[in-house]
Amino acid sequence: MDQTPAATNPIAAQLTRRGRWGIGEILFWLIASAALFLLPERLLFLNEIAILGLFAVSLDLILGYAGIISLGHGAFFGLGAYTAGLLTKHAVTDPLLGLLVAAVAAALLGLVTSFLVLRGADLTKLMVTLGITLVLYEIANQAAWLTGGADGLQGITVGPLLGVFEFDLFGQTAYAYSLAVTFVLFVIARRLVVSPFGISLRSIRENPLRARAIGIPVNRRLVAIYTLAAAYAGVAGALLAQTTQFVSLDVLSFARSADVLLVLVIGGIGYLYGGLIGAVVFKLLQDALADMTPQYWQFWIGLILVVIVMAGPERLTERAASLWTGSLARLLGRLRQPKAMPARET
Amino acid sequence: MSSLLTILFDGVAYGMLLFVLACGLAVTLGLMNFVNLAHGAFAMAGGYLTAVLMNRFGMPFLATLPLAFIVPALIGVLLERTLYARLYNRSHLHQVLFSIGLVFMATAAVDYIMGSQQQLIQLPQWLQGRTDVLGVKVGLYRTFIIVVCGVLVVALQLVLTQTRFGSRLRASVDDQRVADGLGINVNLVFAATFAAGSGLAGLGGALGTEILGLDPTFPLKFMIYFLIVVTVGGATTITGPFVASLLLGIADVAGKYYVPQLGAFVIYTFMIVVLVLRPQGLFARAQ
Amino acid sequence: MQPALETKGLVKRFGALPATDNVSFRLEQGARHALIGPNGAGKTTFINLLTGVLTPSAGQIFLEGADITRLAPELRVQRGLARTFQINQLFPAMTPLETLGLAVSERMRAGNDWWRVMGSNSAVIDEIVTLARRFGLMDVLGERTSNLPYGKQRLLEIALAFACRPRVLLLDEPAAGVPEAERHELLAIVAALPREVSVLLIEHDMDLVFSFASRISVLVNGALLTEGGVQEVASDARVRAVYLGESLDA
Repeated sequence: MDQTPAATNPIAAQLTRRGRWGIGEILFWLIASAALFLLPERLLFLNEIAILGLFAVSLDLILGYAGIISLGHGAFFGLGAYTAGLLTKHAVTDPLLGLLVAAVAAALLGLVTSFLVLRGADLTKLMVTLGITLVLYEIANQAAWLTGGADGLQGITVGPLLGVFEFDLFGQTAYAYSLAVTFVLFVIARRLVVSPFGISLRSIRENPLRARAIGIPVNRRLVAIYTLAAAYAGVAGALLAQTTQFVSLDVLSFARSADVLLVLVIGGIGYLYGGLIGAVVFKLLQDALADMTPQYWQFWIGLILVVIVMAGPERLTERAASLWTGSLARLLGRLRQPKAMPARET
Repeated sequence: MSSLLTILFDGVAYGMLLFVLACGLAVTLGLMNFVNLAHGAFAMAGGYLTAVLMNRFGMPFLATLPLAFIVPALIGVLLERTLYARLYNRSHLHQVLFSIGLVFMATAAVDYIMGSQQQLIQLPQWLQGRTDVLGVKVGLYRTFIIVVCGVLVVALQLVLTQTRFGSRLRASVDDQRVADGLGINVNLVFAATFAAGSGLAGLGGALGTEILGLDPTFPLKFMIYFLIVVTVGGATTITGPFVASLLLGIADVAGKYYVPQLGAFVIYTFMIVVLVLRPQGLFARAQ
Repeated sequence: MQPALETKGLVKRFGALPATDNVSFRLEQGARHALIGPNGAGKTTFINLLTGVLTPSAGQIFLEGADITRLAPELRVQRGLARTFQINQLFPAMTPLETLGLAVSERMRAGNDWWRVMGSNSAVIDEIVTLARRFGLMDVLGERTSNLPYGKQRLLEIALAFACRPRVLLLDEPAAGVPEAERHELLAIVAALPREVSVLLIEHDMDLVFSFASRISVLVNGALLTEGGVQEVASDARVRAVYLGESLDA
């Protein structure tokens, strides 16, 4: 081998750079954590943002990275919520255990249904994923003796976190809990998307024919990521059940699946932070328009969606991504070392 | 036995209505390869137009029907030329997002203007009630539906197979580029087809007010049914969606009668099973 | 000796049309074999059958003696069968660095690694650099593939197949779209392949074929017309007729 370290290091660095956290990212999580102490009166609201963010990130894993169009991601969210709720109500009140069981349940559903989304055109995948969530909705609706039906599942009193931190009315434990769980899962996802596995997902999305032709087991990878994304969504649902002590039937509704899709579109698909940013923007918007009646809210959401699509979501995504990894990182990169590298999306 | 026949009859009526509602969606998908989840909004428009004309302006039911076709058709042309046409080459995801956005806007707007309650119309005397045909009780209105929809289906088939427009349409569905090269004005075909599909949806919405109900949630509630018709029946023929609609109509009516607890559960499971076994639909030509 | 690649009575029908018509073909170990034929003869269909993109209507395919007829495409690659595409099949938004890294990682069975960032494996990086140097891609490693000039994309296409370290390599018109001046560079790379690699080349450029191949098969209307050494085939009247459009004399 005649490669000198000098030749290979910058090349390796182009790839490994993405594994390192940018300043923007660190700031993001610092601010999110600081909000725990700086915004004590809005903790319940922040809790909702964290949960929605995790849910949206889970959708990004399959939509943004693997390219599977799903209109029924809410199925995993809802299953996780009901599983955690029922577990807490009837058996074990430890929240972390509830998370684990919910994740497993959602993962199992994801695993089983993943085979349905491997085949067929986009519309077929859309229909199948939508069909699954509608089936679950019907089941939850009909099995009112178990789920509370249209009235929702109530009386979920979750035990103290780690045996120490009680869930209080003000939401401090709730937000800290949701934020911590979201953070841990996000870190894992972040490592995953820059790994060989993650990059193979992107290649599958861009050209599945070529991916197969270089030896990538496309179906196995898709099943794996779909299952993982389902587990993540299940955890998000479980967090909702545990921190709000209530599960409403609409966690399984089409509206929920459509909402999370919108959240991801607002924030940007395919760079992982889109789900979190979209959740923040979406919730802030919803909050600002809260005094308007629900009909208005739906109208503006629809309009935003139409406008974003007509304007071209990729341009917005690219601009957002470059804002994230580009200018800020480039700026601070120049401060740290003399030669700046061109920006790449995660 | 007679209840079985009644269910069959009701199911066929329901199915034919579904077909009229959904055929526009099938053609849009087959022709423009566009996933238009907002199709139900046009049906809703037709239904509300009929309700308003009848309830507020006293127009007779039959007189509203042509308008229930024309107005949504015009709205369809407008939207198609201004918005939809720009998205033909975009990914299905974008089309889905766009049409969901439209549905949300339409639903919210209608809710605001008309309120969220069910729209009720008073059918003309001669369409109300039931008669006895060969020992089977059939509803007059459902008979009317079957007749009208049957005529529409036959007309559709005739237009497609016997007219020049029909052959232009079929050519464009088969291969757009070649059709363009042959001098067929594909844009015109698209616009006209979209208009017709939206118009039919509007007419279906008007006809269906009595049977399906009508409120602002109509597009979302019935979207899944239209999609089932199109995915199970395929988007390249007329017969495919037609048969699928009939099957769906009969299955739904029978299901709700015999196993009401399961409700729509049966339909969704049926759809999932079909799509798993044959992702291209039951009737689609092999691509 | 066992052939590197073999088909027995391979048939592919599209409706009533046999795109591949009872083809029994042998690619010997270490072969430099060319497959020629007029447009529409079914050469790319044949490659698609060999690689698993299409499933045959009848017949069998053997890779180094093992029956791979029902094997999934990616598993054939893992067993050492790689191809290039006639029209570049690349990943538009990814860089050559990522693209090659992917192929190399998969080959090293490190493709499942979800925990470590790509690039942390120095063996992978070394190989990427070797390939990039050989194919003249060093200067464009960090560019979006869709922004690369066609020639570079073509080189990447071929480098990608090489990255799989195949034992059998199928090249589908590698010189297609490549300007005259750059063709010899391409040829040199292909000619420099180690003897252990068996190569099947589909090409229209006869100069390339004659300078590269030691055996030629001729495919017409999906069926093998003839097969033999270069001189044999070049002087065969039937082959000339097929290419020049004269009527075939029995």
